[in-house]
Amino acid sequence: MHYNTGYHAEAIPLVRNFVHTFRDAEAVCVPSASCVAMMREHYELIARNENDALLLQEVQLLLPRIFEFSELLTNHLKVTDVGATFPHTVTYHPSCHSLRMLHISEGPIKLLKQVRGLSLIDLPNKEQCCGFGGTFAVKNADVSMAMLGEKQSCIIETKAEVVTALDNSCLMQIYGGLHRSNSEVRTLHIAEILAAEGARA
Amino acid sequence: MTAREQILATIRGHLGTQASNPAASHALIPATYNRIGRLSPEARLELFLDRLTDYDSEIHVLPTSDAIPATIAQVLATTGETQLIASTAFPSAWLPSTITPILDGNLSIEEVGVAQAVVTTCESAVASTGTIILVHQGAQGRRLITLLPDHHICIVRRDQIFEHLPEALTPILPNARLPITTISGPSATSDIEMTRIRGVHGPRRLTVLIY
Amino acid sequence: MSIRVGKAAAAPAFPIAAHEALQNDQLRRNVRHATNVIRTKRALRVDEMPDWQQLRQAGSDLKQHTLAHLDHYLEQFAANCEKAGGKVHWARDADEANAIAIQLIRDHSANDPHPEVIKVKTMTSDEIQLNPALEAAGITPIETDLADMIVQLGHDEPSHIVVPALHKNRFEIRDIFRKEMNLPDLTETPEDLTAAARRYLRERFLRTRIAVSGANFAIAETGTVCVVESEGNGRMCLTLPDVLITLIGIEKVIPRFADLEVFLQTLPRSATGERMNPYNSLWTGVTPNDGPQHFHVILLDNGRTQLLANELERETLQCIRCGACLNACPVYRETSGLAYGSIYSGPIGAILSPQLQSLDHSRSLPYASTLCGACYEVCPVKINIPEVLVHLRGRIVRGDQKTLSGKLSIENIAMQTAAKIFLSRRRYEAAQRLARIGQSLFERKGQLVNLPGMAGAWTATRDLRPIPAQSFRDWWKERPASSKGAAR
Repeated sequence: MHYNTGYHAEAIPLVRNFVHTFRDAEAVCVPSASCVAMMREHYELIARNENDALLLQEVQLLLPRIFEFSELLTNHLKVTDVGATFPHTVTYHPSCHSLRMLHISEGPIKLLKQVRGLSLIDLPNKEQCCGFGGTFAVKNADVSMAMLGEKQSCIIETKAEVVTALDNSCLMQIYGGLHRSNSEVRTLHIAEILAAEGARA
Repeated sequence: MTAREQILATIRGHLGTQASNPAASHALIPATYNRIGRLSPEARLELFLDRLTDYDSEIHVLPTSDAIPATIAQVLATTGETQLIASTAFPSAWLPSTITPILDGNLSIEEVGVAQAVVTTCESAVASTGTIILVHQGAQGRRLITLLPDHHICIVRRDQIFEHLPEALTPILPNARLPITTISGPSATSDIEMTRIRGVHGPRRLTVLIY
Repeated sequence: MSIRVGKAAAAPAFPIAAHEALQNDQLRRNVRHATNVIRTKRALRVDEMPDWQQLRQAGSDLKQHTLAHLDHYLEQFAANCEKAGGKVHWARDADEANAIAIQLIRDHSANDPHPEVIKVKTMTSDEIQLNPALEAAGITPIETDLADMIVQLGHDEPSHIVVPALHKNRFEIRDIFRKEMNLPDLTETPEDLTAAARRYLRERFLRTRIAVSGANFAIAETGTVCVVESEGNGRMCLTLPDVLITLIGIEKVIPRFADLEVFLQTLPRSATGERMNPYNSLWTGVTPNDGPQHFHVILLDNGRTQLLANELERETLQCIRCGACLNACPVYRETSGLAYGSIYSGPIGAILSPQLQSLDHSRSLPYASTLCGACYEVCPVKINIPEVLVHLRGRIVRGDQKTLSGKLSIENIAMQTAAKIFLSRRRYEAAQRLARIGQSLFERKGQLVNLPGMAGAWTATRDLRPIPAQSFRDWWKERPASSKGAAR
């Protein structure tokens, strides 16, 4: 949030803090594609700009162990069936960062298709941004709402009971609009679906 | 300091010390896109014809150049056009004997404006995009004569047709300093209620003779 | 120095202008339709090209290389253009460019106190506000692009970059033409209207002695200039008059003639979703007996050189003005470009306009984006627009933090506070506890409402769930070791 809004100096201690906190982790699971995108796109750059060779090294050692949640399952653990049951109609919104920066498209679909009882409906114009964009949502609230309006229409068009995504930021935005307009459509992070009824520990 | 000197000085100041051999680093830029086509001549021709049809061009595929004059005559008879213009360098053997063409060397705008149709050769063509490239010299004529008349008859030789643009530009390089026009269908606009209309300025009709 | 980008200096900030633009349902519908059409066509034409990504890379490489040696290539272009009989003028800013143009037109209109010039559409001339300058000097510019002509005859303003007369329906255009062209029986079919425009303009093409154009590419190796168009008015203006004045931004130069093989493949597909646009005109200096015998180039800086020092900012200058980023941008889609307050709108406008003016104006533009990356995806020269946006935001924030009002702004304080909280687990969990207690003040029916400050902009239009009573960490600690996950 800080980095993307332009508070670059303020982001540096946050980067250090993250790297030190997770330095010894075997794997870091991040349930947010936008956070992982930030790390992959900017952590090395930040370390270089700071002329901090030690931080750069630590970043480079840590990055391969950082996974977005669905990536951890499909790419690292090579798992697509987590034993979940979720007998509902679901549509998937691929967040911009997951799609364009992490190049994630097939993984979440595979995971959702393995969920027992789940019926996956394709979302029209799925690649279009939901309008959250961090501080954009409040700094440009009007446009944010206009973009949300289009995303909402597409979701409602699918007649799905649930819309899911890899990013809670998108889901917060989508929930914000759906619930305000009294829609029955629920928003759930993909982890919540995969943890539903009968998921193994 | 002149504006030129100031602009160049500012640029140099911002770029800092740069490699002094731009030509060398230009040569190092990889060109991994398709430069040479793989289609057979027949397939290439088919592709070209397909694109020309998309542009509503009238097409005549001729066995040899012998058929050119008669074809031109036939085309003009169908359209009822009698005022045909060509460059003085256009092969007279290809002009139909039934009409007296206006021959352009350095005619005025008014004189050229009388012409209803123009006939030229071309320098090369691109099959994948349906593009004809004119280098304005010789039988391809000055720019004026393919601009004012409403009907352009263009004669294309089979071996002038390339699949991709890079190959079609290569024969043009020696003449790069002459006026050049690439033509891909008639002009068009979508400015009125997003409705695509063909033929705003320039020839509204294109007839292509391929031999 | 009067670096000017259209009327951007006077334009309202993006959020304000956007609010206005969002009210115009008709225009929004039209823009949505127009961008949908072009986007779909673009996708079709790009999918046909197995080497599309390689072409993009080559385009990016060529532009980067050129900019890294810009002085060399500009000098080479100027030398070759003049060797071929052209005359090259250099303009540091908008005023200088306009003054040169006016002087050239006067020099070539000795017997005419009120000369007319025909113009081919060029955004560069809008950037420097050439038309008002010409008019003030008693020179009449006549726009010849159909949409610009409709706007000009209708004494109106362009509503859209790609399709400037998008706000006019066929009946309105018919009425304008009937009046201005004296055609009382003209019908409103697009075919008739286009035919009327063709006849009206033809007359002007044939008699006007001076033309002003822009250029898409200026080739250093040969001194050749290239204009890419669809309507044919370009060919008319570039061929028929005696005098041609071509305005070229210095970033338009490319090294070799053969380099066109990349850009002429990527530009048409990106701009209008066509395999190739109807006409490309290339000419070098003056050709005896063919076309204008007096050819002048005005090379324009107007702030471009400032972008060269920083490599990321330099990427901005790679732009070939295809407009694909506009068509892909979900923000542009909703606001139709009127909100950007600049001739350059959409994603490229959000980075170009503020930078040309040293971030003095258009400061809100770098924030007019969700950083979704759709623009970068379609850019034929791979400008990393989101990255440049974040970089510009950084510059703006750093600049603001140097001022007292900037330091004390609500946003700055909020950001500083948030950073402190995120840095310490203790503080973070304390903040969570505080939020859980404090949010009860704003809870209604299970939602947070009427939040104060900036967050109010959220709750005014969107619901917001309160922070859950239990954090994930606490839940994880409490669950039995062998249990299955909580069902919903």
